[in-house]
Amino acid sequence: MTKLTDHMKAGLDAPICITWELTYACNLACIHCLSSSGRRDPRELSTSEAFAVVDELRAMQVFYVNLGGGEPMIRRDFFDIVDYATQQGVGVKFSTNGAFIDEAAAQRLARMDYLDIQISLDGADAATNDAVRGIGSFDTALTAMRHLRDASFGEFKISVVMTRHNVSQLDAFQQLADDFGAQLRITRLRPSGRGVDSWHALHPTMTQQRELYEWLLAKGERVLTGDSFFHLNALGESLPGLNLCGAGRVVCLIDPIGDVYACPFVIHDEFLAGNVRNEGGFAHVWKTSELFVGLREPQSPGACASCGAWDACQGGCMAAKFFTGIPLDGPDPECVGGEGLHALASAGSIPRPLGDHSRPIPVTLGRR
Amino acid sequence: MLDTALALHPSVALRPEPFGALAYHYDNRRLVFLKHPTIVTVVEQLANFPSLRSTLNALGIDEDRWPAYDSAICSLVESNVVIER
Repeated sequence: MTKLTDHMKAGLDAPICITWELTYACNLACIHCLSSSGRRDPRELSTSEAFAVVDELRAMQVFYVNLGGGEPMIRRDFFDIVDYATQQGVGVKFSTNGAFIDEAAAQRLARMDYLDIQISLDGADAATNDAVRGIGSFDTALTAMRHLRDASFGEFKISVVMTRHNVSQLDAFQQLADDFGAQLRITRLRPSGRGVDSWHALHPTMTQQRELYEWLLAKGERVLTGDSFFHLNALGESLPGLNLCGAGRVVCLIDPIGDVYACPFVIHDEFLAGNVRNEGGFAHVWKTSELFVGLREPQSPGACASCGAWDACQGGCMAAKFFTGIPLDGPDPECVGGEGLHALASAGSIPRPLGDHSRPIPVTLGRR
Repeated sequence: MLDTALALHPSVALRPEPFGALAYHYDNRRLVFLKHPTIVTVVEQLANFPSLRSTLNALGIDEDRWPAYDSAICSLVESNVVIER
Protein backbone atom coordinates (compact mmCIF):
# COMPACT_ATOMS: atom_id res chain seq x y z
CA MET A 1 0.00 0.00 0.00
CA THR A 2 1.35 3.39 -0.89
CA LYS A 3 1.90 6.14 1.60
CA LEU A 4 -0.51 8.33 -0.31
CA THR A 5 -3.37 5.88 0.23
CA ASP A 6 -2.58 5.78 3.95
CA HIS A 7 -2.91 9.55 4.10
CA MET A 8 -6.23 9.36 2.28
CA LYS A 9 -7.53 6.71 4.66
CA ALA A 10 -6.64 8.89 7.63
CA GLY A 11 -8.63 11.71 6.05
CA LEU A 12 -7.53 15.01 4.55
CA ASP A 13 -7.97 18.50 6.04
CA ALA A 14 -10.52 19.21 3.34
CA PRO A 15 -12.37 16.87 1.00
CA ILE A 16 -11.13 16.37 -2.56
CA CYS A 17 -14.55 15.76 -3.92
CA ILE A 18 -17.82 17.11 -2.59
CA THR A 19 -21.19 16.24 -3.97
CA TRP A 20 -23.70 18.95 -3.25
CA GLU A 21 -27.29 18.13 -4.03
CA LEU A 22 -28.89 21.54 -4.55
CA THR A 23 -32.49 20.39 -4.45
CA TYR A 24 -34.64 17.32 -3.99
CA ALA A 25 -36.98 18.68 -6.65
CA CYS A 26 -36.91 16.72 -9.89
CA ASN A 27 -38.93 16.48 -13.07
CA LEU A 28 -38.08 12.79 -13.30
CA ALA A 29 -38.63 9.89 -10.93
CA CYS A 30 -35.83 7.44 -11.77
CA ILE A 31 -36.40 4.11 -10.10
CA HIS A 32 -32.82 3.99 -8.77
CA CYS A 33 -32.57 7.62 -7.59
CA LEU A 34 -30.01 7.67 -4.78
CA SER A 35 -31.73 10.62 -3.08
CA SER A 36 -35.37 9.57 -3.61
CA SER A 37 -35.89 12.92 -5.29
CA GLY A 38 -39.10 14.42 -6.61
CA ARG A 39 -40.49 17.14 -4.36
CA ARG A 40 -38.59 20.17 -3.15
CA ASP A 41 -37.82 20.29 0.57
CA PRO A 42 -39.09 23.63 1.93
CA ARG A 43 -36.04 23.85 4.19
CA GLU A 44 -33.71 24.07 1.17
CA LEU A 45 -30.65 26.34 1.60
CA SER A 46 -31.33 29.89 0.44
CA THR A 47 -29.18 31.58 -2.17
CA SER A 48 -27.17 33.45 0.47
CA GLU A 49 -26.70 30.25 2.48
CA ALA A 50 -25.49 28.54 -0.67
CA PHE A 51 -23.03 31.37 -1.30
CA ALA A 52 -21.76 30.97 2.28
CA VAL A 53 -21.08 27.28 1.60
CA VAL A 54 -19.11 28.27 -1.51
CA ASP A 55 -17.09 30.75 0.60
CA GLU A 56 -16.20 27.95 2.99
CA LEU A 57 -15.20 25.60 0.19
CA ARG A 58 -12.95 28.27 -1.25
CA ALA A 59 -11.33 28.91 2.14
CA MET A 60 -10.69 25.15 2.48
CA GLN A 61 -9.26 25.07 -1.06
CA VAL A 62 -11.82 22.62 -2.35
CA PHE A 63 -11.09 22.96 -6.04
CA TYR A 64 -14.39 21.81 -7.43
CA VAL A 65 -17.80 20.67 -6.40
CA ASN A 66 -20.20 18.23 -8.02
CA LEU A 67 -23.64 19.77 -8.07
CA GLY A 68 -26.61 17.49 -8.34
CA GLY A 69 -30.06 16.84 -6.99
CA GLY A 70 -32.79 16.21 -7.78
CA GLU A 71 -32.45 18.22 -10.92
CA PRO A 72 -30.18 21.14 -9.92
CA MET A 73 -31.26 23.33 -12.85
CA ILE A 74 -34.76 23.49 -11.38
CA ARG A 75 -33.48 25.97 -8.77
CA ARG A 76 -34.17 29.49 -9.96
CA ASP A 77 -30.80 30.61 -8.59
CA PHE A 78 -28.94 27.74 -10.29
CA PHE A 79 -26.92 30.00 -12.57
CA ASP A 80 -26.28 32.45 -9.72
CA ILE A 81 -24.77 29.70 -7.59
CA VAL A 82 -22.69 28.34 -10.49
CA ASP A 83 -21.46 31.84 -11.40
CA TYR A 84 -20.59 32.63 -7.80
CA ALA A 85 -18.71 29.34 -7.30
CA THR A 86 -16.66 29.60 -10.47
CA GLN A 87 -15.82 33.24 -9.78
CA GLN A 88 -14.50 32.14 -6.38
CA GLY A 89 -12.28 29.53 -8.02
CA VAL A 90 -14.48 26.63 -7.00
CA GLY A 91 -14.96 24.75 -10.25
CA VAL A 92 -18.35 23.24 -10.93
CA LYS A 93 -19.34 19.93 -12.40
CA PHE A 94 -23.06 19.36 -12.42
CA SER A 95 -25.27 16.39 -13.14
CA THR A 96 -28.48 16.93 -15.02
CA ASN A 97 -31.10 15.02 -16.94
CA GLY A 98 -30.92 17.76 -19.57
CA ALA A 99 -34.54 18.87 -19.45
CA PHE A 100 -33.58 22.52 -18.87
CA ILE A 101 -30.74 22.72 -21.39
CA ASP A 102 -32.46 24.44 -24.28
CA GLU A 103 -30.61 26.36 -26.98
CA ALA A 104 -30.22 29.51 -24.85
CA ALA A 105 -29.09 27.64 -21.73
CA ALA A 106 -26.55 25.67 -23.78
CA GLN A 107 -25.08 28.89 -25.16
CA ARG A 108 -24.92 30.41 -21.69
CA LEU A 109 -23.21 27.29 -20.33
CA ALA A 110 -20.74 27.28 -23.22
CA ARG A 111 -19.61 30.80 -22.32
CA MET A 112 -18.73 29.85 -18.74
CA ASP A 113 -15.29 28.81 -17.46
CA TYR A 114 -14.45 26.10 -14.93
CA LEU A 115 -17.68 24.34 -15.72
CA ASP A 116 -18.33 20.74 -16.59
CA ILE A 117 -21.61 18.98 -17.31
CA GLN A 118 -22.70 15.40 -16.84
CA ILE A 119 -25.79 14.30 -18.71
CA SER A 120 -27.32 11.25 -17.08
CA LEU A 121 -28.26 8.44 -19.43
CA ASP A 122 -28.86 4.87 -18.35
CA GLY A 123 -29.47 3.21 -21.67
CA ALA A 124 -27.93 3.56 -25.13
CA ASP A 125 -31.43 3.44 -26.58
CA ALA A 126 -34.75 4.89 -25.48
CA ALA A 127 -36.28 1.59 -24.39
CA THR A 128 -33.41 0.69 -22.04
CA ASN A 129 -33.01 4.21 -20.67
CA ASP A 130 -36.68 5.06 -20.25
CA ALA A 131 -37.40 1.85 -18.34
CA VAL A 132 -35.24 3.28 -15.54
CA ARG A 133 -35.45 7.05 -15.99
CA GLY A 134 -38.98 7.46 -17.30
CA ILE A 135 -40.76 7.79 -20.64
CA GLY A 136 -39.25 10.47 -22.87
CA SER A 137 -36.09 10.94 -20.79
CA PHE A 138 -33.82 9.49 -23.49
CA ASP A 139 -35.05 12.00 -26.07
CA THR A 140 -34.74 14.79 -23.50
CA ALA A 141 -31.11 13.90 -22.79
CA LEU A 142 -30.23 13.57 -26.48
CA THR A 143 -31.83 16.94 -27.23
CA ALA A 144 -29.75 18.57 -24.49
CA MET A 145 -26.62 16.90 -25.88
CA ARG A 146 -27.37 18.27 -29.35
CA HIS A 147 -27.82 21.76 -27.90
CA LEU A 148 -24.47 21.50 -26.10
CA ARG A 149 -22.77 20.31 -29.27
CA ASP A 150 -24.37 23.04 -31.37
CA ALA A 151 -23.29 25.65 -28.81
CA SER A 152 -19.70 24.30 -28.97
CA PHE A 153 -19.71 23.63 -25.24
CA GLY A 154 -16.78 21.26 -25.67
CA GLU A 155 -16.32 17.93 -24.00
CA PHE A 156 -19.21 17.27 -21.64
CA LYS A 157 -19.74 13.94 -19.91
CA ILE A 158 -22.30 11.24 -20.50
CA SER A 159 -22.87 9.63 -17.13
CA VAL A 160 -24.18 6.09 -16.99
CA VAL A 161 -25.17 4.00 -13.99
CA MET A 162 -24.40 0.39 -14.83
CA THR A 163 -27.33 -2.02 -14.62
CA ARG A 164 -27.97 -5.52 -15.86
CA HIS A 165 -29.79 -4.00 -18.83
CA ASN A 166 -26.96 -1.79 -20.08
CA VAL A 167 -23.67 -3.60 -19.43
CA SER A 168 -24.02 -5.11 -22.90
CA GLN A 169 -24.29 -1.57 -24.32
CA LEU A 170 -20.87 -0.33 -23.20
CA ASP A 171 -19.56 -0.12 -26.76
CA ALA A 172 -22.72 1.69 -27.84
CA PHE A 173 -22.32 4.23 -25.02
CA GLN A 174 -18.73 4.84 -26.09
CA GLN A 175 -19.87 5.32 -29.68
CA LEU A 176 -22.54 7.78 -28.53
CA ALA A 177 -19.94 9.73 -26.54
CA ASP A 178 -17.61 9.78 -29.55
CA ASP A 179 -20.42 10.99 -31.80
CA PHE A 180 -20.99 13.97 -29.51
CA GLY A 181 -17.34 14.69 -28.73
CA ALA A 182 -18.21 13.75 -25.15
CA GLN A 183 -16.43 11.69 -22.53
CA LEU A 184 -18.04 8.56 -21.11
CA ARG A 185 -18.43 8.18 -17.36
CA ILE A 186 -19.78 4.99 -15.86
CA THR A 187 -20.54 4.41 -12.19
CA ARG A 188 -21.75 1.66 -9.96
CA LEU A 189 -25.42 1.21 -9.08
CA ARG A 190 -25.98 1.45 -5.33
CA PRO A 191 -29.05 0.30 -3.38
CA SER A 192 -29.52 3.85 -2.08
CA GLY A 193 -32.64 6.01 -2.08
CA ARG A 194 -35.29 4.45 -4.31
CA GLY A 195 -32.52 2.04 -5.31
CA VAL A 196 -33.17 0.18 -2.07
CA ASP A 197 -36.20 -1.32 -3.81
CA SER A 198 -34.91 -1.56 -7.39
CA TRP A 199 -31.30 -2.66 -6.81
CA HIS A 200 -32.03 -6.37 -6.47
CA ALA A 201 -33.61 -6.47 -9.92
CA LEU A 202 -31.25 -3.98 -11.56
CA HIS A 203 -27.71 -4.67 -10.40
CA PRO A 204 -25.39 -6.44 -12.85
CA THR A 205 -25.08 -10.21 -12.63
CA MET A 206 -21.78 -11.85 -11.65
CA THR A 207 -21.08 -12.60 -15.32
CA GLN A 208 -21.80 -8.99 -16.24
CA GLN A 209 -19.49 -7.72 -13.51
CA ARG A 210 -16.63 -9.61 -15.13
CA GLU A 211 -17.67 -8.35 -18.55
CA LEU A 212 -17.64 -4.78 -17.21
CA TYR A 213 -14.26 -5.26 -15.55
CA GLU A 214 -12.72 -6.68 -18.71
CA TRP A 215 -14.21 -3.94 -20.83
CA LEU A 216 -12.72 -1.30 -18.51
CA LEU A 217 -9.29 -2.92 -18.70
CA ALA A 218 -9.42 -3.23 -22.49
CA LYS A 219 -11.20 -0.04 -23.51
CA GLY A 220 -11.58 2.09 -20.41
CA GLU A 221 -8.47 4.24 -20.63
CA ARG A 222 -10.43 7.43 -21.27
CA VAL A 223 -13.53 6.39 -19.37
CA LEU A 224 -14.26 8.03 -16.02
CA THR A 225 -15.51 5.81 -13.20
CA GLY A 226 -15.37 7.94 -10.07
CA ASP A 227 -13.22 5.04 -8.83
CA SER A 228 -16.53 3.38 -8.03
CA PHE A 229 -15.71 -0.16 -9.18
CA PHE A 230 -12.85 -0.94 -6.82
CA HIS A 231 -14.71 -4.03 -5.54
CA LEU A 232 -13.93 -5.53 -8.98
CA ASN A 233 -10.20 -5.33 -8.30
CA ALA A 234 -10.51 -8.73 -6.60
CA LEU A 235 -10.88 -10.18 -10.12
CA GLY A 236 -7.18 -9.60 -10.81
CA GLU A 237 -5.31 -6.60 -12.13
CA SER A 238 -6.34 -3.40 -10.34
CA LEU A 239 -8.40 -0.82 -12.18
CA PRO A 240 -6.86 2.66 -12.23
CA GLY A 241 -7.84 5.04 -9.45
CA LEU A 242 -7.91 5.27 -5.69
CA ASN A 243 -8.65 1.84 -4.33
CA LEU A 244 -10.52 2.83 -1.21
CA CYS A 245 -13.84 3.92 0.20
CA GLY A 246 -13.50 7.70 0.40
CA ALA A 247 -16.53 8.27 2.64
CA GLY A 248 -15.76 10.93 5.23
CA ARG A 249 -12.07 10.69 4.28
CA VAL A 250 -11.84 12.41 0.91
CA VAL A 251 -15.48 12.71 -0.13
CA CYS A 252 -18.78 13.70 1.43
CA LEU A 253 -22.26 14.90 0.53
CA ILE A 254 -24.02 18.16 1.34
CA ASP A 255 -27.75 17.68 0.85
CA PRO A 256 -30.28 20.40 -0.13
CA ILE A 257 -31.04 21.36 3.48
CA GLY A 258 -27.35 21.52 4.44
CA ASP A 259 -27.06 18.12 6.07
CA VAL A 260 -23.61 16.59 5.61
CA TYR A 261 -23.40 12.85 4.95
CA ALA A 262 -20.36 10.61 4.58
CA CYS A 263 -20.99 10.03 0.87
CA PRO A 264 -23.74 10.58 -1.72
CA PHE A 265 -25.01 7.04 -1.30
CA VAL A 266 -25.68 7.01 2.44
CA ILE A 267 -28.48 9.49 3.05
CA HIS A 268 -29.46 7.97 6.39
CA ASP A 269 -29.29 9.04 10.06
CA GLU A 270 -26.47 6.65 10.70
CA PHE A 271 -24.17 8.52 8.30
CA LEU A 272 -25.27 12.07 9.11
CA ALA A 273 -22.28 14.07 10.33
CA GLY A 274 -23.83 17.50 10.91
CA ASN A 275 -25.31 20.51 9.14
CA VAL A 276 -23.62 23.45 7.43
CA ARG A 277 -26.11 25.82 9.12
CA ASN A 278 -24.74 25.02 12.58
CA GLU A 279 -21.95 26.97 14.23
CA GLY A 280 -18.60 26.31 12.62
CA GLY A 281 -20.27 25.53 9.32
CA PHE A 282 -19.08 22.85 6.95
CA ALA A 283 -15.43 22.99 8.04
CA HIS A 284 -16.40 22.15 11.62
CA VAL A 285 -18.42 19.15 10.48
CA TRP A 286 -15.66 17.90 8.19
CA LYS A 287 -12.93 18.23 10.78
CA THR A 288 -14.61 17.25 14.03
CA SER A 289 -17.71 15.12 13.48
CA GLU A 290 -17.55 11.92 15.48
CA LEU A 291 -18.75 9.96 12.46
CA PHE A 292 -16.01 11.23 10.14
CA VAL A 293 -13.28 10.86 12.76
CA GLY A 294 -14.45 7.26 13.22
CA LEU A 295 -14.42 6.55 9.47
CA ARG A 296 -10.79 7.74 9.36
CA GLU A 297 -9.73 5.07 11.87
CA PRO A 298 -8.31 1.86 10.41
CA GLN A 299 -11.28 -0.29 9.39
CA SER A 300 -11.58 -3.91 10.39
CA PRO A 301 -11.68 -6.46 7.55
CA GLY A 302 -14.23 -8.36 9.71
CA ALA A 303 -15.69 -11.34 7.89
CA CYS A 304 -13.26 -10.77 4.99
CA ALA A 305 -10.11 -11.05 7.16
CA SER A 306 -9.28 -14.53 5.90
CA CYS A 307 -9.88 -13.69 2.23
CA GLY A 308 -6.79 -13.25 0.08
CA ALA A 309 -8.48 -10.52 -1.97
CA TRP A 310 -9.02 -8.06 0.91
CA ASP A 311 -6.08 -5.87 -0.10
CA ALA A 312 -7.46 -5.69 -3.63
CA CYS A 313 -11.10 -4.85 -2.88
CA GLN A 314 -10.97 -3.37 0.65
CA GLY A 315 -14.27 -5.06 1.45
CA GLY A 316 -16.07 -2.97 -1.17
CA CYS A 317 -18.73 -0.31 -0.74
CA MET A 318 -20.14 0.71 2.64
CA ALA A 319 -23.40 1.99 1.18
CA ALA A 320 -23.97 -1.19 -0.83
CA LYS A 321 -23.62 -3.24 2.35
CA PHE A 322 -25.69 -0.95 4.54
CA PHE A 323 -28.73 -0.79 2.28
CA THR A 324 -28.75 -4.53 1.65
CA GLY A 325 -28.69 -5.36 5.36
CA ILE A 326 -25.11 -6.69 5.37
CA PRO A 327 -22.90 -5.69 8.35
CA LEU A 328 -20.37 -2.99 7.46
CA ASP A 329 -17.48 -5.38 8.15
CA GLY A 330 -19.12 -8.05 5.99
CA PRO A 331 -18.53 -8.66 2.29
CA ASP A 332 -19.83 -6.39 -0.46
CA PRO A 333 -23.18 -7.68 -1.81
CA GLU A 334 -21.51 -7.84 -5.23
CA CYS A 335 -18.34 -9.54 -3.94
CA VAL A 336 -16.78 -11.16 -6.99
CA GLY A 337 -15.77 -14.15 -4.88
CA GLY A 338 -19.44 -14.93 -4.34
CA GLU A 339 -19.40 -14.10 -0.61
CA GLY A 340 -21.99 -11.38 -1.19
CA LEU A 341 -24.60 -13.94 -2.20
CA HIS A 342 -24.22 -15.80 1.09
CA ALA A 343 -24.27 -12.52 3.00
CA LEU A 344 -27.43 -11.40 1.20
CA ALA A 345 -29.09 -14.70 2.02
CA SER A 346 -28.53 -14.13 5.73
CA ALA A 347 -28.84 -10.33 5.70
CA GLY A 348 -30.59 -8.51 8.51
CA SER A 349 -33.47 -6.11 8.11
CA ILE A 350 -32.89 -3.52 5.42
CA PRO A 351 -32.65 0.08 6.66
CA ARG A 352 -35.05 2.45 4.95
CA PRO A 353 -33.59 5.59 3.39
CA LEU A 354 -34.08 8.67 5.54
CA GLY A 355 -36.23 10.98 3.50
CA ASP A 356 -38.53 10.04 0.68
CA HIS A 357 -39.10 13.03 -1.55
CA SER A 358 -40.85 11.01 -4.22
CA ARG A 359 -43.87 12.62 -5.74
CA PRO A 360 -47.12 10.75 -5.17
CA ILE A 361 -47.73 8.41 -8.08
CA PRO A 362 -50.36 9.97 -10.33
CA VAL A 363 -53.36 7.73 -10.54
CA THR A 364 -55.21 7.69 -13.82
CA LEU A 365 -58.82 6.83 -13.31
CA GLY A 366 -60.30 4.97 -16.21
CA ARG A 367 -63.98 4.89 -17.16
CA ARG A 368 -65.76 1.66 -16.79
CA MET B 1 14.72 18.87 -18.17
CA LEU B 2 17.60 19.94 -15.88
CA ASP B 3 18.65 22.92 -18.00
CA THR B 4 15.14 24.07 -18.90
CA ALA B 5 13.51 27.19 -17.50
CA LEU B 6 10.25 26.07 -15.92
CA ALA B 7 7.30 27.35 -13.94
CA LEU B 8 4.07 26.20 -12.38
CA HIS B 9 1.24 26.54 -14.91
CA PRO B 10 -0.70 29.74 -14.12
CA SER B 11 -3.99 27.81 -14.07
CA VAL B 12 -2.77 25.33 -11.48
CA ALA B 13 -3.53 25.71 -7.77
CA LEU B 14 -1.63 23.83 -5.08
CA ARG B 15 -3.28 22.70 -1.85
CA PRO B 16 -0.80 21.68 0.86
CA GLU B 17 -1.38 18.18 2.30
CA PRO B 18 0.52 16.07 4.83
CA PHE B 19 1.86 13.92 1.97
CA GLY B 20 2.82 16.85 -0.24
CA ALA B 21 0.14 18.68 -2.17
CA LEU B 22 -2.85 18.37 -4.42
CA ALA B 23 -2.43 20.18 -7.70
CA TYR B 24 -5.62 21.16 -9.49
CA HIS B 25 -5.56 22.26 -13.10
CA TYR B 26 -8.43 24.66 -13.74
CA ASP B 27 -8.12 24.38 -17.53
CA ASN B 28 -8.43 20.62 -17.91
CA ARG B 29 -10.00 20.05 -14.46
CA ARG B 30 -7.49 17.35 -13.60
CA LEU B 31 -6.21 16.61 -10.16
CA VAL B 32 -2.58 15.56 -9.70
CA PHE B 33 -0.93 14.36 -6.51
CA LEU B 34 2.47 15.71 -5.54
CA LYS B 35 3.58 12.91 -3.30
CA HIS B 36 6.41 14.54 -1.35
CA PRO B 37 6.73 17.89 0.46
CA THR B 38 10.12 18.63 -1.18
CA ILE B 39 8.78 18.24 -4.73
CA VAL B 40 6.13 20.81 -3.78
CA THR B 41 8.85 23.29 -2.74
CA VAL B 42 10.74 22.61 -5.97
CA VAL B 43 7.63 23.23 -8.08
CA GLU B 44 6.86 26.44 -6.21
CA GLN B 45 10.41 27.74 -6.65
CA LEU B 46 10.91 26.84 -10.34
CA ALA B 47 9.90 30.28 -11.59
CA ASN B 48 12.47 31.99 -9.40
CA PHE B 49 15.48 30.33 -11.04
CA PRO B 50 16.82 30.07 -14.59
CA SER B 51 16.59 26.24 -14.69
CA LEU B 52 15.57 23.14 -12.80
CA ARG B 53 19.26 22.51 -12.05
CA SER B 54 19.71 25.90 -10.42
CA THR B 55 16.47 25.46 -8.47
CA LEU B 56 17.62 22.13 -7.04
CA ASN B 57 21.02 23.60 -6.32
CA ALA B 58 19.58 26.63 -4.53
CA LEU B 59 17.32 24.43 -2.41
CA GLY B 60 20.37 22.43 -1.31
CA ILE B 61 19.07 19.15 -2.70
CA ASP B 62 21.75 16.46 -2.86
CA GLU B 63 22.99 15.95 -6.43
CA ASP B 64 22.45 12.19 -6.18
CA ARG B 65 18.74 12.90 -5.96
CA TRP B 66 18.57 15.16 -9.02
CA PRO B 67 17.65 12.38 -11.50
CA ALA B 68 14.65 11.49 -9.33
CA TYR B 69 13.51 15.12 -9.30
CA ASP B 70 14.20 15.39 -13.01
CA SER B 71 11.87 12.49 -13.76
CA ALA B 72 9.20 13.74 -11.31
CA ILE B 73 9.23 17.16 -12.98
CA CYS B 74 9.11 15.53 -16.43
CA SER B 75 5.88 13.78 -15.53
CA LEU B 76 4.48 17.07 -14.23
CA VAL B 77 5.37 18.69 -17.56
CA GLU B 78 3.52 15.86 -19.31
CA SER B 79 0.42 16.53 -17.24
CA ASN B 80 0.81 20.26 -17.94
CA VAL B 81 1.13 21.15 -14.25
CA VAL B 82 4.62 22.50 -14.92
CA ILE B 83 5.40 24.35 -18.16
CA GLU B 84 8.45 25.64 -19.97
CA ARG B 85 8.85 29.37 -19.85
